[in-house]
Amino acid sequence: MSADRKLPYSLAINEAFHQMMAADSSVFLIGQGVKSPWYVGNTAQGLLEKFGDTRVIDTPVSENAITGAAVGAALAGMRPVVVHPRMDFMLYAFDPIINEAANWHYMNGAKSCAPVVIWGIINRGGEQAAQHSQALHGIFSHVPGLKVVMPATPYDAKGLMVAAIRDPNPVVYIDDRWLYRVEETVPEELYEVEIGKGAIRKEGKDVTLVAISYMAHEALKAVHALSESGIDVEFIDPRTVKPVDFDLILRSVEKTGRLVIADVGWHSWGWGAEIAAVVSEKAFYCLKAPVRRVALPDCPAPANISLEERYYKRSKDIVEMVQSFFK
Amino acid sequence: MLRIRLCEESLVEPIMSGKIRTPCHLYSGEEAVAAGLCASLTDDDYLFGNHRSHGHFLAKGGSMQEMMAEIFCRETGCSLGRGGSMHLIAPEVGMMGSAPIVAGTISLALGAALAASIRKEKRIAVTFFGDGAAGEGVLYESMNFASLKKLPLIFACENNFYATHLPIRECRKTSEIYRIAEPFCIKTVVVDGNDVLAVYEAGKEAVEQCRSGKGPIFMEFLTYRFRGHVGPDDNIQGSHTDIRPKEEVEEWLRRDPILLFEEYLLDNKLFDIAALENIRKEAEQEVALALDFAQNSATPKSEELTAYVCR
Repeated sequence: MSADRKLPYSLAINEAFHQMMAADSSVFLIGQGVKSPWYVGNTAQGLLEKFGDTRVIDTPVSENAITGAAVGAALAGMRPVVVHPRMDFMLYAFDPIINEAANWHYMNGAKSCAPVVIWGIINRGGEQAAQHSQALHGIFSHVPGLKVVMPATPYDAKGLMVAAIRDPNPVVYIDDRWLYRVEETVPEELYEVEIGKGAIRKEGKDVTLVAISYMAHEALKAVHALSESGIDVEFIDPRTVKPVDFDLILRSVEKTGRLVIADVGWHSWGWGAEIAAVVSEKAFYCLKAPVRRVALPDCPAPANISLEERYYKRSKDIVEMVQSFFK
Repeated sequence: MLRIRLCEESLVEPIMSGKIRTPCHLYSGEEAVAAGLCASLTDDDYLFGNHRSHGHFLAKGGSMQEMMAEIFCRETGCSLGRGGSMHLIAPEVGMMGSAPIVAGTISLALGAALAASIRKEKRIAVTFFGDGAAGEGVLYESMNFASLKKLPLIFACENNFYATHLPIRECRKTSEIYRIAEPFCIKTVVVDGNDVLAVYEAGKEAVEQCRSGKGPIFMEFLTYRFRGHVGPDDNIQGSHTDIRPKEEVEEWLRRDPILLFEEYLLDNKLFDIAALENIRKEAEQEVALALDFAQNSATPKSEELTAYVCR
């Protein structure tokens, strides 16, 4: 087999399922549309044929009960992955995710824990409007007892899915359909990307840029453009949004003295605000300028494409924000 | 039944005097349901409870000392004093946990039944919930999925006719809750929840049905709580009064499940009064020991506040 075998993001997830389901009979996939590419793209291809409908369970539209069932199965010794093909619908399942899964280990005195993966897919753009395109990682990150991962690359998509399934705690795994066609070399063997470990995608000395999920790709474009104009950016992809690899971010900010956070969520009260807060608490005296954020405006997602173009942030927004340090 | 009753009644004084502060939803009056149904379960079967689960925990085989210590929020409690009265767990005997979000644990039991079904095991799951939970959508979603997948799940509805303060006639057009399961093609049964032998017989059949792979069953147990929704009475803004009509309470007190069963045992000469008194004495001793254990147990160390957020 080739050492540089390339896979798209969606098939990297698919490979994680194939390998984990083959390795561990307690792993199963449940949720609306797992039989249908219309819902989950090709992330579930071949699973039904290989593992049967007792472990690849397509369900009625009942997010609350189905998510609760995944949590309950996890309490009963299974390793379920429950999918929400549009994470907006996951809001119906706040109770099993937050009240039950997140609190379970603590409120039961560590007697029991729910090793469940709650997988939510962001579906931005496409004139889909406010209820088909939300990025809700900030909400889930707020809750004690939940881990939240947002892989940006195929390598991480596979490695973090494996890590999420193996983790003894509930993990919210959030991807974005805009990432599904991104391709890169993905090892064929089963491997894990450690939850809580970020990656420096490019070293630099002038500005630290922290970007997650889809924004990591816009960040990469921005980094190249900025490099041409003489600004040397250090770009960090945290990969896990909770727990965040603060050591990596703080070390970088101590070096550069400047921080831009590029989030796929809304501007205010969100994940980026927490990064900014921790950096100001722990590296305040290293900062040469205020922390800046590139994020969605505090506004529901619009339908109309020209409004969408203004709503979703791109590399030029990151470039402008970074350049603003030097004006 | 008697162990549960004496346990619950022993909590009244410490609740009133403030020694116990965690909200206690006492099970007095409803003991026949947990005792009668759990008699047909094994330690491998899964049980999920709700806010009123002291009786479920004990009937499933949980340690009275650990439960009592949890109610006093001590480190020796089954949830290390982090959960209190509403979070009782003993996985070693299949008591998988309890939680006060109304209907919140129904889908967890659904998942436990699904796990058993995927693994092709003979074990079954039971979800205990009250009449109030019949107002929550997740119950209907869960019934649909359990029926669709023929899961080994007993929906055990303890209908005590009040959802906290609200009488059932103000919650729904018909008080016959079991009928909500019919559209999902789930077998239903209505049981006198104060008659422990009736509960036992119906429970045995239900467990057998689930264990033999014939799918879920919905059991409605008609019963009544002798105490308040939470605490010994319905303490409404400092006034210790019951919101329920006095005549209604008295009528149900005459149908006390323990009295009814004692009468049955005596009438049929299965036990004599001395034997019953011995049983009561043993239970009283167990409760006294558990209370003693709880009250003399250490409280959690404050420096361990955040010790168990994640595994």
